[in-house]
Amino acid sequence: MIRVDGNGGTSSLVKVRGLNKTYSRGGEKIQVLQGLNLDVDKGDFVAFMGPSGSGKTTLLNLLGGLDVPSAGSITVDGDEITHMSGSKLTHWRARHVGFIFQMYNLIPVLTAFQNVELPLLLTKLSKSERRRHVETALSVVGLADRMNHYPRQLSGGQEQRVTIARAIVSDPTFLLCDEPTGDLDRKSADEVMALIDELVGKYNKTILMVTHDPVVAARAHMTLHLEKGVLIEGSKSKQPVMAGGAA
Amino acid sequence: MKFSRLIFANLFRKKVRLILTVGSFAVALFLFTFLAVVKGAFSRGTELAGADRLVIINRAGLIQTIPLAYRDKILQLPGVKAVTHNNWFGGVYQDEKNFFPQFVIDIENQRQVMTEMRVPDDQWKNFVNDRQGAVAGAGLAKRFGWKVGDRIPLKNALYGPTKTWEFNLDAIYSNDHPGGDESQFWLQWKYFDENIPSVIKGSIGWYVLKLDNPDDAVRVAKAIDTGFANSSTETKTETESAFQAGFAKQLGNIEFLILTIGSVVFFTLLLVTGNTMAISVRERTGELAVLKAIGFTDRFVLFFVLAEALVIALIGGLLGLGLAVLAIPVVGAGLNGLLPPLLLSVATLSLGLGIALLVGAASGLLPGVGAMRLRVVDALRRV
Repeated sequence: MIRVDGNGGTSSLVKVRGLNKTYSRGGEKIQVLQGLNLDVDKGDFVAFMGPSGSGKTTLLNLLGGLDVPSAGSITVDGDEITHMSGSKLTHWRARHVGFIFQMYNLIPVLTAFQNVELPLLLTKLSKSERRRHVETALSVVGLADRMNHYPRQLSGGQEQRVTIARAIVSDPTFLLCDEPTGDLDRKSADEVMALIDELVGKYNKTILMVTHDPVVAARAHMTLHLEKGVLIEGSKSKQPVMAGGAA
Repeated sequence: MKFSRLIFANLFRKKVRLILTVGSFAVALFLFTFLAVVKGAFSRGTELAGADRLVIINRAGLIQTIPLAYRDKILQLPGVKAVTHNNWFGGVYQDEKNFFPQFVIDIENQRQVMTEMRVPDDQWKNFVNDRQGAVAGAGLAKRFGWKVGDRIPLKNALYGPTKTWEFNLDAIYSNDHPGGDESQFWLQWKYFDENIPSVIKGSIGWYVLKLDNPDDAVRVAKAIDTGFANSSTETKTETESAFQAGFAKQLGNIEFLILTIGSVVFFTLLLVTGNTMAISVRERTGELAVLKAIGFTDRFVLFFVLAEALVIALIGGLLGLGLAVLAIPVVGAGLNGLLPPLLLSVATLSLGLGIALLVGAASGLLPGVGAMRLRVVDALRRV
């Protein structure tokens, strides 16, 4: 169940309460997020839309522990991350968050296999266990036969699928996608979104996604709009959304 | 190590830059090693000088002579065990470029004082019995392919009209000290004294004396110089090591020169590699941010950059040292005895590698700290 009224139950996987984020720019204070509430359950797929500068990426960064809020709290799977130290937050990210970026951000000198293996280098898995996990992740994204290819030898859609494999290989608590199809043509975008659908439907992954594309957003359970730092209930959902207690 | 692939993959990202940076280290290390070896050659005489030996020269300078008659007075001083004397011969063998030091020696006392220079007894006996005899160091004999029994002509213009002195090579000496001098040529005082102009007969170049106890060096030196003060030939007595150091300094302050060149080379290397590492890190800002985003800690990122810099330093350093190991014997042979033997020690190689790694670490430190402090959010925004 996805709620934006702050009345979600204790079972919410992601719980955001009174989230504020203010930046200082040239002595001027800019409030990007204002008292934002959000509840997301396991297996939910949420899309965030909004005009440029509305705070979508800022929200995603805060949810992923890449940035710290000015006020409010974020609790993920029972861990409140808002007051974690930098190094603790880094370890938390390694365990709980899978990132999918618009520009893929693969390391060009590593093969697809080696890129996907990166998060596992931080674990105590043996080499053979790491290999098994990487092969599984690449199979899920349909690139088992491309594991020894370098990013430059892959198409944009394939690169993004490698990024998805890297995001899911350590089986994180949730995935954060920042414009995952923003740099792809429609066909590749559809393939990537089909894959994300599969991760939600088949593997019950929780996904929070920022997008500008309404077609892409339409595939989410719920689309939430960010306007002037406030979350507004979306117009369409595949799953019920609770706002102000209404289902 | 599971991260090594990540480090090495990044190293080979820009091959030309890698080759140039590694090349900078290699050239710097080769130069450092070569300079250290040259410095070692100049200072080896000082290091190997006998602690229990004093050298007495004319106070007016090394090229001025001292009366042979001083020997008996010196021997009477308490604490003096043995005294020998030498003259500089200064002959030319075939061509002036074939320079090597030639000393006129006192056969009665040479072996008692210069104990580290070993001559087989039978050869020494032949030398003593042959007024035209000569002894060559093993290195010198090897250089010219001499063997015992060879006739060695030396042209000399220092003592009277130019003439060729003929010598029979009766013996070859070796030096007990590793890297010790084996480049000298000795001839007999009696033969020399008979063949020089009468005006300089009975004069020697310098005395070398051996003490019973090295602790007496200051006292004995003072006693000698005081004893000959206000005479026609005043003396200057110093330890052999001070004498050797003073002799080396006549060529200029080699140590200062070498230290200055070495420092400039390494400082320049630090700037070059520091700049290279900074560019390399700046190019990968986005990738480093992604590494941090997926859970690599700030410390790991620092380690990652430092490891890259250290690997470059290590590869370049080893290449430079390898080059030095191969080239220095060749260069040494080409110097034809103009310098003492060029010896490359394990200590020099270790020091060179240590300095290379230090420069590597220093060059990676600033970019590494910058990468460590990189905010993921800011870095991703720049991508």
